[in-house]
Amino acid sequence: MVKTNGDAKLTLKTEEVMVNIGPQHPSTHGVFRMRVTFDGEVVTELEPIFGYLHRGSEKLAEERTYTQVITLTDRLDYLASMSNNLAYVLAAEKLAGIQPPERAMYIRVIMAELMRIASHCMGLGFFINDLGALATPLMYMFREREKILDLFELVCGARITFSYMRIGGVSGDLPEEFMPALVKFINEMPGYIDEYEALLRENEILISRTKDIAILTAEKAINASVTGPMLRASGVPWDLRKSDPYEVYDRFDFDIPVGSTGDTYDRFLVRLEEMRESVLIVKQAMEQIPSGPFRALAPALIHPPVGEAYAHVEAPKGELGFYLVSDNSIAPYRCKIRAPSFINLTVLRDLIIGWKLADLVVIFGSFDINMGEVDR
Amino acid sequence: MIGVIKGLATTIKTMLRSPVTVQYPDKHLPMADRFMGFPGLLWDVKIDESKCVGCKVCARYCPTDCMYVSIKDNEKYAEGKSHRKKMVDDFVLDISRCIVCGICVEVCNFDAIVMTQIHEIGNTGRRGLWADMDTLHAMGKEYEEEHGPAYPENQAVGEEETAQ
Repeated sequence: MVKTNGDAKLTLKTEEVMVNIGPQHPSTHGVFRMRVTFDGEVVTELEPIFGYLHRGSEKLAEERTYTQVITLTDRLDYLASMSNNLAYVLAAEKLAGIQPPERAMYIRVIMAELMRIASHCMGLGFFINDLGALATPLMYMFREREKILDLFELVCGARITFSYMRIGGVSGDLPEEFMPALVKFINEMPGYIDEYEALLRENEILISRTKDIAILTAEKAINASVTGPMLRASGVPWDLRKSDPYEVYDRFDFDIPVGSTGDTYDRFLVRLEEMRESVLIVKQAMEQIPSGPFRALAPALIHPPVGEAYAHVEAPKGELGFYLVSDNSIAPYRCKIRAPSFINLTVLRDLIIGWKLADLVVIFGSFDINMGEVDR
Repeated sequence: MIGVIKGLATTIKTMLRSPVTVQYPDKHLPMADRFMGFPGLLWDVKIDESKCVGCKVCARYCPTDCMYVSIKDNEKYAEGKSHRKKMVDDFVLDISRCIVCGICVEVCNFDAIVMTQIHEIGNTGRRGLWADMDTLHAMGKEYEEEHGPAYPENQAVGEEETAQ
């Protein structure tokens, strides 16, 4: 503080401070680092830095057979392994020209939708956790995720790295005890979602912290090719399940929840509503599922013809795409992964600049990113 | 204010429910039938030899290259006691590299490998996680004792082959 001579006017000398947030920070959802410049409490510049979890999945895929790559996809977005499996096997099937049987497609849809519920549970739980509601809503959501993981354990014997889907179907048929367990879960789940809503939706603290914070306009979202719940929160009804139906999604009747303003609160609500829609889809798939084979007759080692294929699915975090190039060998010549979390991060800087440190954590939480997918 | 009270009501309702937490090391939750632990080899009790013929198909398909297999001629085949021409000589599985994907079980043509439910394999040394053939057979035996035959649908086929 400098006091000018003989004058009552006070001038305050300020300077911008650069702070590293992460890579080891509870709010960064993994090993993500933000180099943030603050003017007082306000963010003036932000530089996202990632690559700490880089494992070279795309390169590793080039020296693995098509079936072995499935195990790599489990480790991309480890909170939604089933969706990753699905996107990969769709691309490989397109490349090799294998048509999975109908039952397999229904099983895959059920798995992908259950995975979406589980992933959104985690996304919302950690978002609320970042807001400062330590553990209570998060633990509620963990509880339901646990039930979904139990269902997956019944089907494929694993809880996180499933490797359940195979090129031309799935690795095993649904066991006898699965359907009753699924019916029980699906009947209970809407009640639990109501519970989350009662707990959070009208909470004044949550609303004051998230409403009209970090508005992502539809135009900006489209320009940055943001996908998933973030795009839909901005009011764009773009969902690959409707706009480019894969598997058997065109046979189900469901809505796409869309936000109105694109603020942090909308991103929260869209995820909450999507869980309800997923429950509806699983319910319809359960009723329609036909009997029959669960796997097409395909060799364990496939040699797809020379060519390329791109397949995308609506993963919990956005559009997840796999681009495969084949040179008629047993391994893909190139495997490019379009990871939704990574591309959604494009708008991070624009959204956070101008908001305060406390908002930074909340806005970043509303992105629902997964570092396994960002760094690949 | 109303929202906060609504939320509190939910919390109080949840407090009255019975807890779902299980004190893990003391209590174990039941595992699903298909739960996959680390792989084990199966033992053909009738002929008293391994079901594995050492064809290495599992080793080739393994995404992490965690198996080391060698093959030899089967002495019992020469004596006419067994239908297996070849027999596994040595089989080492690096459990610390296994990612429990189940691909080895899927590709095995002889139903000789199975995903056991053994998963608590804490060990003090690195080499302690190298399972040799005896350990793997012991794991497979333990699995079959607890869960019955690993491949019940193929049991009859095996008997026919043995009879021939």
